[in-house]
Amino acid sequence: MTALVPLVVLVPLLGAALTLVLGRRARPQRIVAAVSLTIVLAIGIALLIAVDGTGALVVEVGNWTAPFGIVLVVDRLSALMVIISAVVLLAVLIFSIGQGLADGDDETPVSIYYPTYLILTTGVMVAFVAGDLFNLYVGFEILLVASYVLITLGGTESRIRAGITYVIVSLLSSILFLAAIGMVYGALGTVNLAQVAERVQDLPVDVQIVLHVMLLVAFGIKAAVFPLSFWLPDSYPTAPAPVTAAFAGLLTKIGVYAIIRVETVIFPTPELNPALMVLALLTMVVGALGAVAQADIKRILSFTLVSHIGYMILGVALGTVAGTAAAIYYIIHHIVVQTTLFLAAGLVEREAGSTSITKIGGLLASAPIVAVLFFIPALNLGGIPPFSGFIGKLGLFQAAAEQGDALAYTLIGAGALVSLLTLYALVRVWNLAFWRPADDVAGDETRLLQAVEEAPLSTSTISETRATPRLMTLSTAAMVVVGLALTVFAGPIYAVAERAAENLDGSQIYIELVFPASEEGAP
Amino acid sequence: MTISLVLIVVMAVLVAAGVYLLLERSLTRVVLGFLLIGNGVNLLILIMAGRAGVAPIVQDGVAPQEYSDPLPQALILTAIVITFAVSAFLLALIYRSWRLANADDVADDADDVALREGSMVMPIEEAAPDEGATDFPVDGAPAPALHDGEATR
Repeated sequence: MTALVPLVVLVPLLGAALTLVLGRRARPQRIVAAVSLTIVLAIGIALLIAVDGTGALVVEVGNWTAPFGIVLVVDRLSALMVIISAVVLLAVLIFSIGQGLADGDDETPVSIYYPTYLILTTGVMVAFVAGDLFNLYVGFEILLVASYVLITLGGTESRIRAGITYVIVSLLSSILFLAAIGMVYGALGTVNLAQVAERVQDLPVDVQIVLHVMLLVAFGIKAAVFPLSFWLPDSYPTAPAPVTAAFAGLLTKIGVYAIIRVETVIFPTPELNPALMVLALLTMVVGALGAVAQADIKRILSFTLVSHIGYMILGVALGTVAGTAAAIYYIIHHIVVQTTLFLAAGLVEREAGSTSITKIGGLLASAPIVAVLFFIPALNLGGIPPFSGFIGKLGLFQAAAEQGDALAYTLIGAGALVSLLTLYALVRVWNLAFWRPADDVAGDETRLLQAVEEAPLSTSTISETRATPRLMTLSTAAMVVVGLALTVFAGPIYAVAERAAENLDGSQIYIELVFPASEEGAP
Repeated sequence: MTISLVLIVVMAVLVAAGVYLLLERSLTRVVLGFLLIGNGVNLLILIMAGRAGVAPIVQDGVAPQEYSDPLPQALILTAIVITFAVSAFLLALIYRSWRLANADDVADDADDVALREGSMVMPIEEAAPDEGATDFPVDGAPAPALHDGEATR
């Protein structure tokens, strides 16, 4: 079973190499990419089944024993994240294959798209199975470098402009993370997560707080926690629709994943929890207010993305098993729903030629399927019962109520308010873009011109942008179904999330998983 | 742990100069700032390794504490490689930006400008995600450079 752990990383990496070799032959590239992601998904499921029984799989790379060599650790949280990432990445890949087929880009552009996409997958997987801080850094770097390429794909002026902001901010966070690793090594003489967790308790409290804050700032930039979230709404909306969908769903959550690891394994002590709760509050409120002020669907979604990061941080900041479990379920829910919404926005862009809600209308009549595919995840994100968004928020609010102090109740109130604001922002999209009769839209006569100006990805002609390929609709529909499955199977999934959270209750369990009893207190 | 004061001062200067350059609008300076900070952080890791010692290859008659700590050096090597690749990419990005816009600046986000000026009603032209992907010059933007870049990829 342990052989499966490195495969999660190796399969997409080899797939990337193969797609790069296949170069300009688009069809084999697509097949290789889809097959490798399917294999990753299968491995992820196998890992979860294995790990759910034993607690964790620990692989010592090259058989070097734990504190000296590199360890890969898969616990329930990692396995869950591997599965959900593979699902999302596969759906987005199929969406982009559909888009590519329709745009007729068989020869012309971007033969590097599939290799880069698989490298991104590799980075994501490395981050999830990493058992030491430096491996986590390497995983981040792999996925970030791939994301730099994807966000500037095609090299148009607007993408370069947005990409530069994104690249510089990400670089800054990487440098902070690297500096934090250097400091951790200086203070503790190790970068192995379990050993760090073991030794950090002996440090003076002020040193602990410095290390803690350094790591949180580095991950906070990646997770887009206010006030480190400003870069996100600027850079995400300009990328191609499938790229934005994958980024919005996954990349920020990897930051949240790292924050969960820091908060539960390395620093389970509650010193910074009140500060994190205040940040969660600000992230929720500021993001939601931003969403209400925007007039472009992709920008609205980017701001709701920021605001919902706040919910996850709230769950982590509670520092209880219930809070962590709710945060884990919320992450799973949000990865799926946010990706679905961005994919639906991609469909809207294709149908209407724009994502600006001041410019488009009448989509309910002209594209009823897209309307349904947007409406269901929109309600889900807004937290309407019985969808998974409601279940996740309910879990978070219950966990916060258990804490029971004034700050926790403030956060519950803010959380309820923010979910209403999210709903308001999305219903505004619905009213203007879908429900409003097309004749009401000012400047409707310029539609032909719009189609020229905003032709999606690459050099397609107008006639090709009008039709939405079935593959794009199908993959979006599949994601909607996954979102609904999170609701229908909420019981078992939430139970797994709870067991994952129990594994993360304090650092002792994690330490024992990596260093089994006999080797306790390794050098 | 004994550490060299000189190294710490050098690290501090590198990071301070790097932060100053990162805050500039000119992208070339941002890259230089990134390189300086990157090297500053590499120095930080080296400082954390403690006092320099014998090359860490096992030899007879050398006590364990006389060796240099090899792990930070491995970390630094990895970090150098990553910094190298990323700065190459950044330079390409800047060159592309210069070809397209004839500018070496971090541009403001169009929607942010609209919001700031209180004209948030129609951020349409700027919000178009793919304006450069057409063959037609939009808003008189210089489009011809696109195809040279397209061909080299």
